[in-house]
Amino acid sequence: MRRGRLTPGAVRKWGFIASFLAAPLAIYIIFFVSPNLQALQLALTNSRGISPDFQYVGFENFTRLFGDEVFWAAVRHHGLILLVMPLVTIVIALFFSFLLNLGGGQRNGQLTGVWGSSFYKVVFFFPQVLAVVIVGVLFQAVLNPQKSGILNSVLGWFGVDPVGWLIKPDLALWTIIGVMVWQGVGFYVVLFSAGMAGVPKEIFEAAALDGANRFTLFFKITLPLVWNTVQVGWVYLGIAAFDAFALVQVLSIDRGGPDNATTVLPLEIFRQTFTYYRFGYASAMGVALVFLVLTFAALTLRVTRRERIEY
Amino acid sequence: MKTDTAPAVTPVRREVRPKAGKQSAGLLGGVSHVMLVLWTILTVTPIVYTFLNSFKTNTEIFGDSPLALPQQWGWGAWGRAWETSRIGEYLVNTVIVVAFSTFFTMLLGSMAAYVLSRYEFRGNRLIYTLFVAGLSIPPFLALSALYKVVDNVGLLGTHTGVVLVYVAYSMPFTVFFLTAFFKTLPTTVAEAAMMDGCGHARTFFQIMLPMAKPGLISITIFNVIGQWNQYLLPIALLPGDKQDKWLITQGIANISTSAGYEADWAGLFAALSMAIIPILIVYVIFQRQIQTGLTAGVGK
Repeated sequence: MRRGRLTPGAVRKWGFIASFLAAPLAIYIIFFVSPNLQALQLALTNSRGISPDFQYVGFENFTRLFGDEVFWAAVRHHGLILLVMPLVTIVIALFFSFLLNLGGGQRNGQLTGVWGSSFYKVVFFFPQVLAVVIVGVLFQAVLNPQKSGILNSVLGWFGVDPVGWLIKPDLALWTIIGVMVWQGVGFYVVLFSAGMAGVPKEIFEAAALDGANRFTLFFKITLPLVWNTVQVGWVYLGIAAFDAFALVQVLSIDRGGPDNATTVLPLEIFRQTFTYYRFGYASAMGVALVFLVLTFAALTLRVTRRERIEY
Repeated sequence: MKTDTAPAVTPVRREVRPKAGKQSAGLLGGVSHVMLVLWTILTVTPIVYTFLNSFKTNTEIFGDSPLALPQQWGWGAWGRAWETSRIGEYLVNTVIVVAFSTFFTMLLGSMAAYVLSRYEFRGNRLIYTLFVAGLSIPPFLALSALYKVVDNVGLLGTHTGVVLVYVAYSMPFTVFFLTAFFKTLPTTVAEAAMMDGCGHARTFFQIMLPMAKPGLISITIFNVIGQWNQYLLPIALLPGDKQDKWLITQGIANISTSAGYEADWAGLFAALSMAIIPILIVYVIFQRQIQTGLTAGVGK
């Protein structure tokens, strides 16, 4: 690209580039970039609501945040979700995707999935297309603490007394995690299936021919070959662990209850913004959330980096 | 595929396989089928239960056998839900908003991605980074500030405001994905067209877009589902006094609260069913494309 010479062709090219970038950039900057930058600014103010009058208060919001019990409760909840939800989801999804792709034994010398694999994939994936809000309302009925709640009435057949899935403070967050797993598994079954389909069949067949049983087939061959996909899934689920907003807001008792037992940072940010109009404080909480998410992403990418297996 | 056409090969292999392995495989096969069926039941039950409950009375729903079939199959609750819950209105609103926002997301996103992937100019890298950096920022950081911005431009409580915000929030992923996609397409066809005197814009609309169709379809599905299911942005930007503007997710959350006050549980389940059925139908028809579209985002 030579500068300083404006041939008609160059003018046309620059005009084209500018005209194609103008609208997308303008919308993106006005409604995405600028709110995020303003949030960094608001975090240092005592802004309340949409009033333009506010003062800079330095790091006061952050000092208040670190003394806020609800904030720490939310951080602990993210920690628990982060430890449990991705692991459980991935283990179940790996198990199912292995069965659905390679668990059917040999047919005509080829490893196949179990009978009905494509049906199971269709059914398992469905919760993923439902809005989280719909899932939340569905599970209000499933997890109803009365004996008429669907889960409790099934347990009733086995003589188990009704359980207060969402009203017991010790249990509520685990229940929420369970619902997250319920919704997420199917997506990762399909994702890992795609990963397994990308591995040449000969590798599995050679192993099966050498007498490898299914456990060897799974742990020694399948898992290392789809490890990259698992890693990507892990990062996604980890980031999802810092959200959980819609589910907790719709499903939990008193929006984050009982007694803040299920609250998460996004919910607190929403509450500070739209219930108390503490825009400054909410933005400070937002900064803390971004910090946590980015720390998690950076750590995971560093820890799980591993040689890619070529095939 | 199902016809057994290779008897000549299989017997040899069968002899090689140890017999014990075969038996354990049979047992394991049984266990795995049980697990698969269990998960199927786990997935399907809440949805089937919702449909069934829309036909029941409150006494049936909260009675001794909540899992029984309804005694009478009447559509009463469906009629009530349609009239009082305004679910039809919310569905129409959502269709309008998502149609516009996905259209503009795809148009503007593919324009930006095309220029960023195919033209060298100063600032290209910077603009690309600006778009893609948005991928790592949770939407909650800017919640207060976004409310202020949308209020300042006078679009709070309007569908235009929601559409613009959806487009902006969908840009990072759309640009990221499509830039990578345009880079995989061969350059020769576009070059030949330009040689023949085809302009930049025309090359894009008539040659590059049709070539990019598979990528465009995947990412369109991704955006439609993402925007249809969006909950945070509507409740932030379409406040309670603008109920005629509400979107489906907002409506559903609200119905579940108000059903408690009015004790019309069958109505709640009917409204919920009305929200699920369109998605179920679309999913059953397009399930392959939907699965590819949604997983495409993670795979890249």
